[in-house]
Amino acid sequence: MRLSTVTLVATLVASGAAFANPVAPADVTFDEGAVGVSLTGAPGDPANGAAIMKDKGQGNCIACHEVTALKDAPFHGEVGPLLDGVGDRYSEAELRGILVNAKMPFEGSVMPAYYKVDGFNRPGNAYTGKAAEGPLDPLLSAAQIEDVIAFLMTLKDE
Amino acid sequence: MTKQTSTKALLALTLAGGALWGAAAQADEDAQLVINGEIEIVTKAPLPAHMEEANMDAIYSGWLFRADETQQTQMDDFDNPGMIFVDQGMDQWNAVDGSEGKSCASCHEDVETSMKGVRAEYPKWNDNAEEVRTLVMQINDCRTEQMGAEPYGYTSGKMANMEALISLQSRGMPVDVAIDGPAESMWAQGKELYYTRTGQLDLSCASCHEENYGNMIRADHLSQGQINGFPVYRLKNTKLNTAHARFKGCVRDTRAETFKPGSPEFVALELYVASRGNGLSVEAPSVRN
Repeated sequence: MRLSTVTLVATLVASGAAFANPVAPADVTFDEGAVGVSLTGAPGDPANGAAIMKDKGQGNCIACHEVTALKDAPFHGEVGPLLDGVGDRYSEAELRGILVNAKMPFEGSVMPAYYKVDGFNRPGNAYTGKAAEGPLDPLLSAAQIEDVIAFLMTLKDE
Repeated sequence: MTKQTSTKALLALTLAGGALWGAAAQADEDAQLVINGEIEIVTKAPLPAHMEEANMDAIYSGWLFRADETQQTQMDDFDNPGMIFVDQGMDQWNAVDGSEGKSCASCHEDVETSMKGVRAEYPKWNDNAEEVRTLVMQINDCRTEQMGAEPYGYTSGKMANMEALISLQSRGMPVDVAIDGPAESMWAQGKELYYTRTGQLDLSCASCHEENYGNMIRADHLSQGQINGFPVYRLKNTKLNTAHARFKGCVRDTRAETFKPGSPEFVALELYVASRGNGLSVEAPSVRN
């Protein structure tokens, strides 16, 4: 299964179609909690990744995680681990697995799955409290996830 | 996981050592809550027996998680903006309403004596109705069945006023909600809901208020989500807030379809969450941010 996905992506990359057709949430393949294949087939933008992590309307990652490099934004949370040096502790594939669905590598995690669209209990229409209408969008797009990964990989211990 | 353990250890350590909570150092957890210089409020209590499996060392009032200025606002009734709504509740108590020409006072007379201790035991099984009733349900039952009046909206301002007035008469008394006997099945349903994750963020009540109390989430200091202080005056919206309105807000914030205030689900949840505060003092009307 995994092999065929890789083959498919390789084919798409070769044909130049991968960028226009990111891997859909349902098609992401995990290998021991990690996701080896880029969701977009293109390198992420670390500067945009940093912006996404600080923005309440996007990743809002600092709501739960402290990140020294993002201290220009106030109020970092303590619910999740400190992310300083996270680029040394995890590979790109492992970070992608955590972002797509943290419960795959860490069972019982309270971290939301940022690239998952089904299997939820009482899914709502964003923050309205009303039932979702139609299929859910992932919390972050494939490109946003790759941007965040690119930023996280810059967080190295000196 | 390591972070989780170390945070819990730090919390226990800071509690024992009398230092400040966690890294945020917002609140003084050694502060004693004495209202008007005379009503001593229990803000820390041993875990109720039914919570033995919970990963917690004790139960804490939300008051302990708030900043000094917010804490102080609750220490004197002249500073507590919630008391304005108690006054409004008193006007409602004495006002004749409905087809029977009665007020609350017509039957219950002096609220200070007739309602003493009532709030501490709610939600509570009602034998005649054969159901668990919240204080709100009981108030509305009185209005419709005894007074011939329209029920208050479940989370309306008038209801919050009346809840605050009645709750005030139990202030300082320990929360003592019965969870056995005929209430047990509803209590169990509430417990199930407490630990069930909802919404696209896939969070349960326990995700924040049991696993992460004491931690900061963005600028907010996560409490245990105790409801002994409800209805609560929030500085954020400058009004009294009811427990079911808060439940709704929390479930909404998990990107879920909420339950309705007054629904069987939220009644069950209120019974269960109230029982997690058995031993804390009734604080209503409390002040939070």
